[in-house]
Amino acid sequence: MLSPELGHYALALACIFAAAQGILPLIGAHRRDRRVMMLAPGLALGQLFALAISFLCLVYAAVTDDFSVQNVAANSAVTKPLLYKITGVWGNHEGSVLLWALILGICGAAVAAFGRNLPSALRARVIAVLGAVAAGFELFCLTTSDPFARVWPAPMDGQGMNPLLQDPGLAFHPPILYTGYVGFAVPFAFAIAALMEGRVDAAWGRWVRPWAVAAWCFLTCGIALGSWWSYYVLGWGGYWFWDPVENASLIPWLTGTALIHSAIVVEKREGLKIWTVLLAIATFSFSLSGTFLVRSGILNSVHAFANDPARGIFILGLLGVVIGGSLALFAYRAPALTAGGLFAPVSREGALVLNNILLCSICAVVVTGTMYPPFMSLLFDRTISVGKPFFDATTIPLALPLFVFMGFGPMLPWKRAQLWPVLQRLWLAAIVTAIAFLVAAFGVSGVLPVLSCGVAVWIIAASITDITERVRLFRMPLAGSLQRARMLPRSVFGTALAHAGVGVTVLGLAAMSQAQHKIVEVPVGTTEHLAGYDWTLTNVTQEPGPNYSALVATIEIHHNGRLVTVMHPSKRSFNSQNQTTTEVSIHTNLLADLYGVLGDKHGTDAAPTYVLRLHYNPLAPWMWLGALIMAIGGALSLSDRRMRVGAPRRAKLSSETVTAA
Amino acid sequence: MSTSPDNENLTRRRLMMGLPLAGAAVLGVGFWKMLAGMQRGSFNPHDINAPVLNRPVPEFTVPDQAPGQGFSAQDLRGLTKPVLVNFFASWCIPCLAEMPTLMSLKDDLTLWGIAYKDRPENAANFLKHSGNPFTRLGSDHDGRIGMEWGISGVPETFLVGPGGIIRWHTATPLDVDTIRNTLIPLLEKLKAS
Repeated sequence: MLSPELGHYALALACIFAAAQGILPLIGAHRRDRRVMMLAPGLALGQLFALAISFLCLVYAAVTDDFSVQNVAANSAVTKPLLYKITGVWGNHEGSVLLWALILGICGAAVAAFGRNLPSALRARVIAVLGAVAAGFELFCLTTSDPFARVWPAPMDGQGMNPLLQDPGLAFHPPILYTGYVGFAVPFAFAIAALMEGRVDAAWGRWVRPWAVAAWCFLTCGIALGSWWSYYVLGWGGYWFWDPVENASLIPWLTGTALIHSAIVVEKREGLKIWTVLLAIATFSFSLSGTFLVRSGILNSVHAFANDPARGIFILGLLGVVIGGSLALFAYRAPALTAGGLFAPVSREGALVLNNILLCSICAVVVTGTMYPPFMSLLFDRTISVGKPFFDATTIPLALPLFVFMGFGPMLPWKRAQLWPVLQRLWLAAIVTAIAFLVAAFGVSGVLPVLSCGVAVWIIAASITDITERVRLFRMPLAGSLQRARMLPRSVFGTALAHAGVGVTVLGLAAMSQAQHKIVEVPVGTTEHLAGYDWTLTNVTQEPGPNYSALVATIEIHHNGRLVTVMHPSKRSFNSQNQTTTEVSIHTNLLADLYGVLGDKHGTDAAPTYVLRLHYNPLAPWMWLGALIMAIGGALSLSDRRMRVGAPRRAKLSSETVTAA
Repeated sequence: MSTSPDNENLTRRRLMMGLPLAGAAVLGVGFWKMLAGMQRGSFNPHDINAPVLNRPVPEFTVPDQAPGQGFSAQDLRGLTKPVLVNFFASWCIPCLAEMPTLMSLKDDLTLWGIAYKDRPENAANFLKHSGNPFTRLGSDHDGRIGMEWGISGVPETFLVGPGGIIRWHTATPLDVDTIRNTLIPLLEKLKAS
């Protein structure tokens, strides 16, 4: 019943729904015709329903091994485990575009379902913009990347999946990352709707922020998951390679982070309105261009997607319409938007402006570094590479002041503040930071790692101080403090938690600069010493797996004569694709990772030697733990009463009375 | 008269708000040119080094890198035996992983190394720890020589044949399979001709 043809038909139907969703509500909003505007939620739900059917059909084809579907034949095989048959659906270009469209459909339906309190014209326009974008991508999917194309005669078995992708971490990485990318379509749609209406006010800021924060949480988790995956799958012990694909996710994250901060200023003080609208457009534009340019093959990346310039032309045209159209609308309408609340340079607003300047500078640097090689090659026929040294040298000096200001920014009052009283309240955090500096100066080598350790501790200590100051901990009876803590809005805890998460990540990054590693070529029975641990290669065996055969090493690790762990790094040879992968073995105690990789086999069969790569990675898990804490902080502030759906209407009423007065 | 500064202000605002569009348009045109070039085959970001194959090495002189002696294009052109030129860096883990393979090669093939965008003392330390397979060593501190050679990152390895002609090139760490299946047959062929 769930045939590929039904899926194809449902996708076409979704595209038509989306096109109607992109046009009719706009007409309705323009004519102030309530009945036409009320079509928007229904169309959005219809589109989602059709997309869900379409997606289910593709999953069904993959699970039932229908190799007459070209996409399944090219990416699946009978022997592939069931989990990867399902997740493999989005592990390739066509399927991931369908997933992308599905998530966009979910966003549209979510605005339809949760946006009941929005003014009807604004809601109609937001849903229409989402529909128009969705229509474009569904058309792209139908015309150039049809996931349901059939092959005949059907092969007996599929070609199998890229073994590198056969991994639980990567299985759930794309949906989370895409939810982050696509989630920023909602703030984008709000920005376009606001430009159409020519009005941005505090209520608009209040409506946009939860969507932006939610998308940001997913994007944060997605990036962390991707980095974690490259850490334990690629087997180089590295976690971030400044690869164009990684940068493509970091760039919208940076502007998205700026957006969730500048939207606060719109909401509280009606300032930075034009800037926030631009950030909302920019964030989604970067999400779109990042993910899709990677597929066009322009950016030279180790992450191989099937590249197809013809597909690239379609994407570029689509990007031109979406991004060019929105920026043209911005250029036409934004000059008429009135500037809002004034503030002194030293104030909460001032701190948030500084946050935006620094984040956008980092973003500009990353964009430049990513785009420089292809443009140099185009304009001057010169091939150059921009790598880690460039990015380290340019981003770290911008990030360090950002981290310093992050400490006291949340404690500054709005409108006009004085720095000194705030700094006085941070005396304890300053002392803790000074101690951290001293400890780091002795234990850590290199100026930047020491500075990074210091600022990381500063962020965490200052975030904790922010909470303890607000609840007047130890300055009044404990019961009183608890009472105050209960009264504090959850978003305050969310901010502190998210900022502390940044501190945890920075600590992890700084500690990772002290990582030690060793590459040796040894026979079985040898003991190596690294970072105070004794690593003994006790055995190497050949073991069969479901669709591969593996060479498995056994390494016993002792510390001061006590057995810490036994690890089994291995090398897998996949039968179907003639490809090998290295399976890293990691033992963590949350303070450090012991990381072992089995390399090539050398020597004769009688006396074989094995290349082993041993890494000692201090605080490595903290990098991803910090990202998780950031996302939890974001989720916590999402659960704030003031961010909930009922609140906007009241805020809107009060803002209207203010404008009237 | 009082409206004219206001108008000027509005014009300035309009120009400013148009900047993002202008920037995006420039990028868009660039991308379009690249895609068009890819379709014609004149622009290929993935095969950037193809033009250097079977061409003489570029003009360059690379200064000494401890513990070895630097070299220049002249040295490579005066060769009668093939030499493997390897770009590496102490900050690059794949390079480190490649070292045991290079060490196993050094008895059969001459290896010359260039430390790419690396501080000389770091590169020297790196070779002290991982072993030094190179008979000559240069330091490309600012990466300009890597640019002349058209490398896209490290490690990259070039097989330079007699007369200083680049015969083969790879941008991935060398492994046993590549040596056995590609490099050795190529060396045999060079020897035969």
